[in-house]
Amino acid sequence: MSEALRPDLALIADHVEPGSRLLDIGCGDGTLMTALRARRCDARGLELDPANVAECVARGLSVIQGDADFDLGYYPSQGLDYAILSQTLQTTRRPDKVLDELLRIGRRAVVSFPNFAHWRVRLSLLTGGRMPVTRLLPVAWYETPNIHHLTVADFRDLVRERGYRVERAWFLAGDTVIAPAGANWRAEHAVFLLSR
Amino acid sequence: MATAEFDARSRVLTLAADLPLDCGQALPGVQVAYETYGQLDAARSNAVLVCHATTGDQHVASTNPRTGKPGWWQRMVGPARPIDTDRMFVICANVLGGCLGSTGPASLAPDGQPWAMRLPVLTIRDMVRAHVALLDALGIARLAAVVGGSMGGMQALSLAANWPARVDKVLAIACTAAMPAQNIAFQEVGRQAIMADPDWQQGAYYNTGRQPDAGLAVARMAAHITYLSEASMHEKFGRRLQDRAAKTFGFDAEFQVESYLRHQGVTFTTRFDANSYLYITRAMSYFDLIEEKFGPGSGALLADVFAGTDSRFCVVSFDSDWLYPTPESRKIAHALNAAGAPVSFMELAAPFGHDSFLLDVPALDRVVTGFLSQ
Repeated sequence: MSEALRPDLALIADHVEPGSRLLDIGCGDGTLMTALRARRCDARGLELDPANVAECVARGLSVIQGDADFDLGYYPSQGLDYAILSQTLQTTRRPDKVLDELLRIGRRAVVSFPNFAHWRVRLSLLTGGRMPVTRLLPVAWYETPNIHHLTVADFRDLVRERGYRVERAWFLAGDTVIAPAGANWRAEHAVFLLSR
Repeated sequence: MATAEFDARSRVLTLAADLPLDCGQALPGVQVAYETYGQLDAARSNAVLVCHATTGDQHVASTNPRTGKPGWWQRMVGPARPIDTDRMFVICANVLGGCLGSTGPASLAPDGQPWAMRLPVLTIRDMVRAHVALLDALGIARLAAVVGGSMGGMQALSLAANWPARVDKVLAIACTAAMPAQNIAFQEVGRQAIMADPDWQQGAYYNTGRQPDAGLAVARMAAHITYLSEASMHEKFGRRLQDRAAKTFGFDAEFQVESYLRHQGVTFTTRFDANSYLYITRAMSYFDLIEEKFGPGSGALLADVFAGTDSRFCVVSFDSDWLYPTPESRKIAHALNAAGAPVSFMELAAPFGHDSFLLDVPALDRVVTGFLSQ
């Protein structure tokens, strides 16, 4: 099942303990939730786009239409084993507050995001002098949903500042996991497993 | 028991025992008029209860005998429709307090006279109690689903909260867990219009040759406005005049929207009993799931109402519905989530206001199909 998933989603699916209770925030059409359900997880979703929510409902998933910036406050504290936020942190209005909410409602949080310090992004900005349009950041600056670009180093700083613990981290380049050394240059994409 | 496809049969169940009511009284000789569509399977596991809205009836997918019009949700219920009668056994019952066969104020009391205002005041849970009695009579221990919009959604939630063992899936559309003040207010306008009509006669108008048609029509006109959206009204009528080129400087139905509302009001009086309107809207104004379950002033949370439920829920609202706006549905969804119940919620885009749940909204069809077929 995990083989067909996007590599970052496959990583998440493979490292969530089977049978967990979790919330997939920004769950899209429910691809990750479907994989997690196959691991006997009680997976719930939160998704902004009603068409995606309808698609999830048709797949038998439990998804609430809502916004990570506003609706996480309704979830009880520590009610979940995991709060998952894949490729969504950079689209929120207050990523710091969303991170706090993730680790309030979940014992652990899984956060994945595109790394704005990847060498290709740096090179594009250095040589072109324009906001980069890359494989992982395919949309022009004026219409991108990514309003808070961040780097691996930025994220590590925020986690440290908030006093959270990095249990594990994975870095991806061209769909393969790479060694953590020099990840802030080499990773297109990062996945962090955090706890309080 | 069931018949094939649209060959639905009207039936009336008479309850053997008195029906206990929330007001403390027990109602004798209760009748429940219902329709069924499709076949109940051998395991009795494919039954879907559809609950109707304020002025609806049991003819969800069959011609209404009183109006000759198609069923009120024929687009949703039928063979190969989202609530698929090829696979499911669909039951729809006229609510307690109604006026199309189930016991209501126009029904005869044990003394042979119409109940009129002597009928005890009813609640949404009383309506559901009558539905549950019907399910018992049909031998259905557990529904595959209960589905309803507006007041039908309140019944669906009440069933799930008070009889959690009786249902697998709960689909509540365009409704609320507690009637908001604005809705209570609009319904009070309607009731006052009826009761101010001299033909109402303190409700004892049956067999007098007079009935409060004018009051009931005004009640319907006021309510009808709340079912639409400003945009859909503007689109449909604008400021266009009715059958005239210029203003007449009089008080006829000058504007198309006036003519439309008058027509809606008058038509309504040919199919609905004014006292039923009083009882049903009163039941809605009392509706508060927390109070139903824990009594007044309990301090309980909405999540507590659903604690321990093993039903699956789907809650739907419409962006143009200002009568039961999205926050009402969102509250229900978050409470279910906090209770650990599997719940989906979405706000669909539709231009028709509260009436969207009855009209052509393909996104709703997809959600209903998906939720029921999974």
